[in-house]
Amino acid sequence: MNKRKPYVRPMPGWWRKNPYFIEYMIHEGTALFVAAYAFVLLFGLWRLSQGEAAWNGFIAALQSPLSMLLHLILLLMIGYHSYTWFKIMPRTLPPLIIGGKRVSAAAITAGGFIATLLASLALLGIAWGISQ
Amino acid sequence: MTDQTMSIEVMRYRPEQDKEPWLQSFEVPYSDDMSVLQGLQYIRDYLDGTLAFRWSCRQAICGSCGMMVDGVPKLACKTFLRDYPGKVRIEALNHFPIERDLVVVLDDFIDKLESITPYIVPKEDKPLSEGEYQQTPAQMDWYAQFSGCINCLLCYAACPQYGLNQDFLGPGAIALLHRYNQDSRDGACEQRMELLAAQEGVFNCTAVGYCSEVCPKAVDPANAVNLNKTAVAKDYFLRFARPKGGCK
Ligand code: SF4
Ligand code: FES
Repeated sequence: MNKRKPYVRPMPGWWRKNPYFIEYMIHEGTALFVAAYAFVLLFGLWRLSQGEAAWNGFIAALQSPLSMLLHLILLLMIGYHSYTWFKIMPRTLPPLIIGGKRVSAAAITAGGFIATLLASLALLGIAWGISQ
Repeated sequence: MTDQTMSIEVMRYRPEQDKEPWLQSFEVPYSDDMSVLQGLQYIRDYLDGTLAFRWSCRQAICGSCGMMVDGVPKLACKTFLRDYPGKVRIEALNHFPIERDLVVVLDDFIDKLESITPYIVPKEDKPLSEGEYQQTPAQMDWYAQFSGCINCLLCYAACPQYGLNQDFLGPGAIALLHRYNQDSRDGACEQRMELLAAQEGVFNCTAVGYCSEVCPKAVDPANAVNLNKTAVAKDYFLRFARPKGGCK
């Protein structure tokens, strides 16, 4: 008689059992805030298509304290999401060889951060210039 | 050995009498140069001869002693009791069916390993008289890291996607597949592409990344999986532009 009876373990609440998985769920969760902000922008575009009055109403709504708070939360969440994104970037790239040496994972992540910082500063500069 | 002891909790599962796995605690004499594997060997030699676990090399190269140590996939021979002061919990490797105690069923992985054509298929056959297939150190660099895999399956135990869906080809097999694809002497990239592009291939991965974190050989299987996401997408779109066969 076959005495084999392999036991398959169930996986309820698997992501709560390891700090690594908890962090994974959190950083995946922050993607929802990226989507939410895309909807805010889309909504603005839609209001713009309805003429000047609608657009001015949208701008006014953006300046309400509630909207400020919402945007602050969005900024933090999207900031964290970008951070995790750059952290994993070295795992998604083929070996990057500069001057005969392989670029380290830390350098790739840092490069991503610096590029984001420069792009954000440039965008802020342009927005500032337009608003003057 | 000193007269210090520590307690090792070991997962037990004896198919002929247990309905499900349970934990048994053992007091084991402890010295700070003892590996987890030595702790288990002490239990088997002096406390309970029926405890089942796999090991062979004792030096992190055979890949047989993978198990969960305090919930983290580890090689028992490369993990030291001193890092778990007082008490440690040893369980069978996650995501694999348990055969007995710490021994898991590996059939699924072995099938996957066979499926990836895990050997070099020469681009063109040449007669022996023309000598060997040569490769420069720079060409070897492209795959060397991925050839370090010892099939220990810690990465599978770290992968929730594999746990939830056993059809997923998984980190280790994809890392090895990538190793052969990246070999300048190999020409079987095309036949491996089908496995990568399948529903159960690279796109089953949601980039958790824990596989690379736990790999004892710095293989970085997550890197192999993610690089092949790009490779599959390229293969899909470029086939409209060029005939199949330009895999590399
Ligand atoms: S990739 Fe690393 S963790 Fe996975 S089987 Fe190979 S050596 Fe083990
Ligand atoms: S006994 Fe060989 S890897 Fe641990």
